[in-house]
Amino acid sequence: MSDTHAETVAFVRETMLPQAAPPASQTGAVRWLRENLFSTWVNGALTVLGLLAIFWLGTHLLPWFLHGVWNANSLAECREIIANRWGDEASGACWAVIRERWNQFLFGFYPSHLYWRPILALLLLFAALAPVLFGSAPRQLLILSLAYPGLAYLLLWGGSVWFPISAYLGFGAGIAAFLLLRRAGQSLLAPIVAVLAAVLWWLFLAGPVERGLQSMIPLAMEPVRSNAFGGFVLSITIGVAAIALSLPLGIVLALGRRSDMFLVKALSVGFIEFIRGVPLITLLFTASLLLNYFLPPGTNFDIILRVIIMVTLFAAAYIAEVIRGGLAALPRGQYEAADALGLDYFKSMRLIILPQALKISIPGIVSTFIGLFKDTTLVIFVGLLDPLKGITDAVRAAIEWKGIYWEPFIFVGAIFFVFNFAMSRYSMHLERRLKRDHR
Amino acid sequence: MTIATDPPKDSFRLSMLLYDTRYRALTIQVVVLLLFMAGVAWLVDNTIQNLQTLGKDFSFGFLTNRAGYDINQRLIAYTNDSSHARAMLVGLLNTLLVSAMACAAATVIGIFVGVLRLSPNWLIARLMTVYVEMFRNIPVLLWILVAYAVFTEVTPQPRDFRLTPEMEAAGETPAASMLLFDSIAITNRGTSIPEPLFDRSLGNVSLGLFDVSLDLVALVAVIVAAVLANRALLRQAARIQDATGRRPTTWWKSLLILVLPPVLLLVALGFHLGLPELAGFNFQGGILVSNSLMALWLGLTLYTAAFIAEAVRAGILAVSRGQTEAAYALGLRPRRTMSLVILPQALRVIVPPLISQYLNITKNSSLAIAVGYMDLRGTLGGITLNQTGRELEAVLLMMLIYLIISLVISGVMNVYNNSVRLKER
Repeated sequence: MSDTHAETVAFVRETMLPQAAPPASQTGAVRWLRENLFSTWVNGALTVLGLLAIFWLGTHLLPWFLHGVWNANSLAECREIIANRWGDEASGACWAVIRERWNQFLFGFYPSHLYWRPILALLLLFAALAPVLFGSAPRQLLILSLAYPGLAYLLLWGGSVWFPISAYLGFGAGIAAFLLLRRAGQSLLAPIVAVLAAVLWWLFLAGPVERGLQSMIPLAMEPVRSNAFGGFVLSITIGVAAIALSLPLGIVLALGRRSDMFLVKALSVGFIEFIRGVPLITLLFTASLLLNYFLPPGTNFDIILRVIIMVTLFAAAYIAEVIRGGLAALPRGQYEAADALGLDYFKSMRLIILPQALKISIPGIVSTFIGLFKDTTLVIFVGLLDPLKGITDAVRAAIEWKGIYWEPFIFVGAIFFVFNFAMSRYSMHLERRLKRDHR
Repeated sequence: MTIATDPPKDSFRLSMLLYDTRYRALTIQVVVLLLFMAGVAWLVDNTIQNLQTLGKDFSFGFLTNRAGYDINQRLIAYTNDSSHARAMLVGLLNTLLVSAMACAAATVIGIFVGVLRLSPNWLIARLMTVYVEMFRNIPVLLWILVAYAVFTEVTPQPRDFRLTPEMEAAGETPAASMLLFDSIAITNRGTSIPEPLFDRSLGNVSLGLFDVSLDLVALVAVIVAAVLANRALLRQAARIQDATGRRPTTWWKSLLILVLPPVLLLVALGFHLGLPELAGFNFQGGILVSNSLMALWLGLTLYTAAFIAEAVRAGILAVSRGQTEAAYALGLRPRRTMSLVILPQALRVIVPPLISQYLNITKNSSLAIAVGYMDLRGTLGGITLNQTGRELEAVLLMMLIYLIISLVISGVMNVYNNSVRLKER
């Protein structure tokens, strides 16, 4: 074959050509530019527009950032320093307000000799969250996670050490009742009695026990009133508490909404739709103005607690809807398989349905949490000093910082951004970690 | 070997209420009902007791009393002699106004950003990502406050627009100038925009609660009629196409039908724009939009547009590439592929989150309180509540109104969802 071929073709190259470099337009930066920025006329125009926008922002904002002053005691002093250093026409940021009012932004009007308590609470929070968030953390830390709510309460509000302990004893009473009854063979009665025991403990016994222990062994920390809270201590307290409480409540509501029992379903739907239909502000108003009407005469409980309850209810309704989406997205075969295995309702939910449904709903749940954390700024409208408006208004009320707008906004916004961005990245990490299909 | 037998036919025992799955659901529901009713009774009883102690009653009679406060931004006639109910109506209309404005603007920006985020252009895609992440992760309250600070602190004063004879002689220009052919003036006292005026106006007709401009009614009627006529024309063209295979040219007829009647009507009514002009210390003429409305609108728009952009992006990504390829294989042109194959499927994914963003805008508009815009929360839940001391009635009424708005919007969403749902088993 090859012989005939050789006879018919006049010339056959027998050596390989040396490799030539690709054309200039197909390599390196030029190729990248052509492919990514100037592939078509429209893209080219968009690129130019984008560059112009960046240029405009850069020329207008960058000098302002670069001329920033960190050491000054008032806005007037800032302006003077900038005028001396960069000329009369120059404008610059006065970051000195952040440095000078740093404690106020972080702690509000929390007593300054007790700053170590919120800081310790925050550090313990990270330690307590580690075993919940990351599988690689040591399991022993879970004990800290369980004890954390009581610890955090004690550190933030102070007061008698026995108060959180006697509250925890309520859980102990419930668990003890549960275990005793289950050993007696009453496995269905056990949870009901356990809940009753805990509630009865909290209603009637917790108070006397706490007072008794306190009179025997007086152990107390300096109490801090709720109206001293402010800034990021307030935001993080409300945010963390509401996030921790709203997830279980949201799961219960979602299961209630998908229940076969008409009444449970109707109540869940009514609650969810009501909460989702009104702005959070009106709920906070209810907490601050109307609870005095709804509760027995003479009761008056802490405003931060009220706000946490309302924010929790608000977020729980949204989480319930997200989880309902996850439950609906599961193939019906999963429910049927759980039934076929003979699992009862709670076991099938706990072992088969919820792990999958929650995994599907992670992005939605986390974005609800992000929304919740952002909504903690609304507490200003019931008179609590949130970092965004409450504290910045308080800072501007001082004569030396009158008229300072951008620097506090940028600072507070940056902190919110860091928290929320971290949360959304964590949810992506979690999605990847829980991914079970190898596609 | 066991033999399956019928269940024992023994009599009903009390423990079966708990242990027998046939009765357990019923038991649980009865318990829930009892607890719920006890809870409601407890709340109502407490409320009655508390109202008695305070010497108050529960009535909405205060709504007919004289309000006695002014509202600077309003859509319908209102003076401080009007009733609280009318103040509430003004507030409700303000809520709806800012919500509608923000919905429209956020949709436009959101669609642009969402599409551009998927653009092959490296720079633009990243810029849009920065925009979305920045606005989504920072509270909307901050954006509203920043917008308000921009409008009140950065914008020029009205006197900066003045051109004095001395300045003219020296060849100087005023420190600030109006936008869009001298039609819009953004000042620190508010934004003046042109006002539609009619020389030969048809007048107003009173509808009891508020007046409606007949010019507007006539214009809307003519536009609706023109759209209907145009649709009839297109239907006829489609019929001819079905019969003969040839589609008659319709674009110039459509253009004529759609444009000519409204223009003729506007000319007949003597339509012209009343431009704002600097007179004395402030702008006269035109419509003055307060800074609080502008700030709220801008803040809500930019914030929500980031969420809408994400919804749009998710919707477009949700349509698999195979759909486009299949449409091409069928011989559809790119434009018809987009309108017949991609968009209907993407919209099914986009519209539900879009409408829930509209709901969020409506609810977030209650942040108007931060900038002093008199919406429902500012009138009924603000000054009226404080003046009359009727917290219970005012807050409940306010919740009810927001609830009705939300239910109407989600009702629309459910109708849409049912109409586009995939029909499965």
